Amino acid sequence: MLALGTRCCLIAAAVLLPAGSAMGVEPEDPFFREALYHAFQERYFEALERLDTEIRQHYGVDEPELDSLYPHIDHAEFSVGDFELYYRMHHRAGRAIQAVLNGNVEEPVRNKAAFRLAKIHFQKNQPRDALLALDEINGQVPEEIRGDVNFLRANIYLATGRPADAVDVLEDLTNSKDLGGFSRYNLGIALLQDGRQEEAIRELDRAGQVVASDRAALAIRDKSNLVLGALQLEASEFGSAQLSLDRVRLESPFSNEALLLSGWADVSAENFERALVPWSILAERESTDAAVHEAMLALPFAYSQLKVHGRAAVLYGQAVNAFGDELEKVNASIERIRIGNFLEALTREEIRQDKDWVVHLRSLPEAPETFYLLTLMASHDFQTALQNYLDLEDLRSKLVTWQRSLDSFEDIIALRRAYYEPLLPEIDRQFRKLDAQARLRQEQRKHVDQRLQQMLIMPNSDALATSAERRLAVRLEQLASELQNLNDPESEALRRRLSRLRGALTWNVETQYHQRLTEAHEHLRELNEDMEILTARYDAFVRARQAATHSFVGYEIPINRLHVRVGEALERLELLMAQQGYLLESVAIDELTGRRERLEAYQNQARFAFADSYDRAAKAQAR
Amino acid sequence: MTAPHMCTRLARCLSASLLSDMRTRLQKRSAMFFCSRVSCLIAFALLSGVDIVPAGAEPVTKEQMQSLDEQVQEIKSDVLGIAAELNGLEEKLLYPSSTQVAVFVSLGEGEAFRLDSVQLQIDGVPVAHYIYSFKELEALQKGGVQRIYTGNISTGEHQLEISVAGKSSGGKEIAATESFSIRKDVEPKLVAITLAGQGSGDALIQLGGW
Repeated sequence: MLALGTRCCLIAAAVLLPAGSAMGVEPEDPFFREALYHAFQERYFEALERLDTEIRQHYGVDEPELDSLYPHIDHAEFSVGDFELYYRMHHRAGRAIQAVLNGNVEEPVRNKAAFRLAKIHFQKNQPRDALLALDEINGQVPEEIRGDVNFLRANIYLATGRPADAVDVLEDLTNSKDLGGFSRYNLGIALLQDGRQEEAIRELDRAGQVVASDRAALAIRDKSNLVLGALQLEASEFGSAQLSLDRVRLESPFSNEALLLSGWADVSAENFERALVPWSILAERESTDAAVHEAMLALPFAYSQLKVHGRAAVLYGQAVNAFGDELEKVNASIERIRIGNFLEALTREEIRQDKDWVVHLRSLPEAPETFYLLTLMASHDFQTALQNYLDLEDLRSKLVTWQRSLDSFEDIIALRRAYYEPLLPEIDRQFRKLDAQARLRQEQRKHVDQRLQQMLIMPNSDALATSAERRLAVRLEQLASELQNLNDPESEALRRRLSRLRGALTWNVETQYHQRLTEAHEHLRELNEDMEILTARYDAFVRARQAATHSFVGYEIPINRLHVRVGEALERLELLMAQQGYLLESVAIDELTGRRERLEAYQNQARFAFADSYDRAAKAQAR
Repeated sequence: MTAPHMCTRLARCLSASLLSDMRTRLQKRSAMFFCSRVSCLIAFALLSGVDIVPAGAEPVTKEQMQSLDEQVQEIKSDVLGIAAELNGLEEKLLYPSSTQVAVFVSLGEGEAFRLDSVQLQIDGVPVAHYIYSFKELEALQKGGVQRIYTGNISTGEHQLEISVAGKSSGGKEIAATESFSIRKDVEPKLVAITLAGQGSGDALIQLGGW
């Protein structure tokens, strides 16, 4: 069974973290929302990878204010910090948030940053630094974090041995919709730590009766009742203790403890018969739990007090066997952990897909190494180490995949090079030819355009003559020149005819000047359209040509660099995984060795008790 | 904390009722166990993912763990850096901006319909077929956007066909197929698909750009 504090905080985290404040809005930036898509699935590496890139690109653009991320940049910066926090990168998260704090930001943003920084310090077990960060909050505190700020402050006071200050803060939070149950419970603990037991009991009693429906609130209510029951038992208020412990739900993670204490409350009131009920229930439960072990001894103890020595002897006998079975399991677990099966089991894909899988692991007959994983998870250190190990395994598989990707990239580049390199010289030669033609046509168009523009200022009818007319004019000029030195009447008649023809030609050109000028402009417009198509094709070709080169040139250095980086990271990571794995195995073996010693002690006690009860039963029968 | 007093009280109570040495041993064990259990109970609730470090942990182990944790953080940072560089390289190599097309899927605001699958065809060629898990659907409902496809198309007009299957909040099957014309220019083309269940057995598929 998980330690109560740990289990409780896990439940709280599960409910509250994914819908954290930084993730509540929908920014109109696809890449930011893509990052959120990953974050909502608790895939923080992918979320960070996406958002880091997006923010870097945002700051790299020439006009960031035109970028879709611009209105959400503060939100995005915060989210990066949050994702880093969720991804257990406290150092980076702290630096990112400190950067926001040092920047020129508005008061609410600054206060949010200070709150986040305080959370990071607190999670890193630096409560005094956390308090200093909280002290930076002043002025306008955003509504959505106001309760959380005070709740965190109270927790820091509790962690630094200032329960009276915590009481002052928590008293104002007990009516909070989101934090009410937690605040009331913490208020009870703060009062207890402050030596105000009666008030503590009153608060815990209230916390134990809150109306709740969600898992976290139900869990904190159960925990309140359990602590309250324990305190009442201590104060010899057995009846009240029973009532409080009865309020713990049977399916609650705290029910084993509650059933055990409930039995002890009955025993303390010398009501052994009643103690049989909770202990009988508990003794039938999952045998890896320490409370269940205790109940397996306590139950026959209650029977022996009721002078039912025969039943007690049977139950002690069952306990001896059960502890023996359990010892076998523990020994098998330790052995399997020593040969490395534990780490293999931890990296099973199922663990990542379904957190409840940790619970199912103990029912796998072929994997004794994981019987006690759930118990080990009670330790925060083990949880952190396990999570780190899983993260490392995740990174390792990414790096291995990337290494393969880099090899594939090299193959792609080699194939592209083999395809393009022989083709490109001929393509370039043809292109140069076409390029020269295209440039010539562009020059010609430009020249025509200039002439037409000039004609708008200085009309020039000759320029608008058709080629046939120009040829005709030339021919007429030639004929005129041939006739120039002839003085016979026939030549004179021919000269007159030539003159009329020239006149007719000039007449046509002059009278059609405006129409021809208009047509010329229309043709130029049509030419412009064609030139645009030519330019577009030209540009497309240039892009395609550049893309062809870019598809295989310039990758060598970055790919080699990445190969080295991935290789080095993989080397470091494997070393780190080995260290982390060794640590996990050591923690697990230590824990299981302790459990083995406890079970051996239990088994010895059960054996003695069995013999004693057996004697008494035999004597009673003889009488 | 008053746990020691509690132990004494319980021990006194139990010792009165225990008759043999064995029972005394049991009583002592039980009382001690009970005592440690109660002291375990007294921890305040946190609303964060990490508990307060428990007292009594081995200092050497604690230091080792902290040191390892810091190294893990460093390597995470390094790997994120590698991922960023690799993404840049991959985009340049596989999806150059002149041909890149990326399709994003999101749900309309407040949509409660259960999206089962989305299929995409570009110019009649199937390019993506995605079946959604519960977690993915939840992420979409919270406002996340899924990049369902990244690929390459030439500049110009293209036909994008989107097929959606799911169930309305009332349990009714929803299926719809829509065709849209998209234009690819020189810059990367980002296509946004927004889905909504209309409750009439049809799904509303809206196309937009980012």
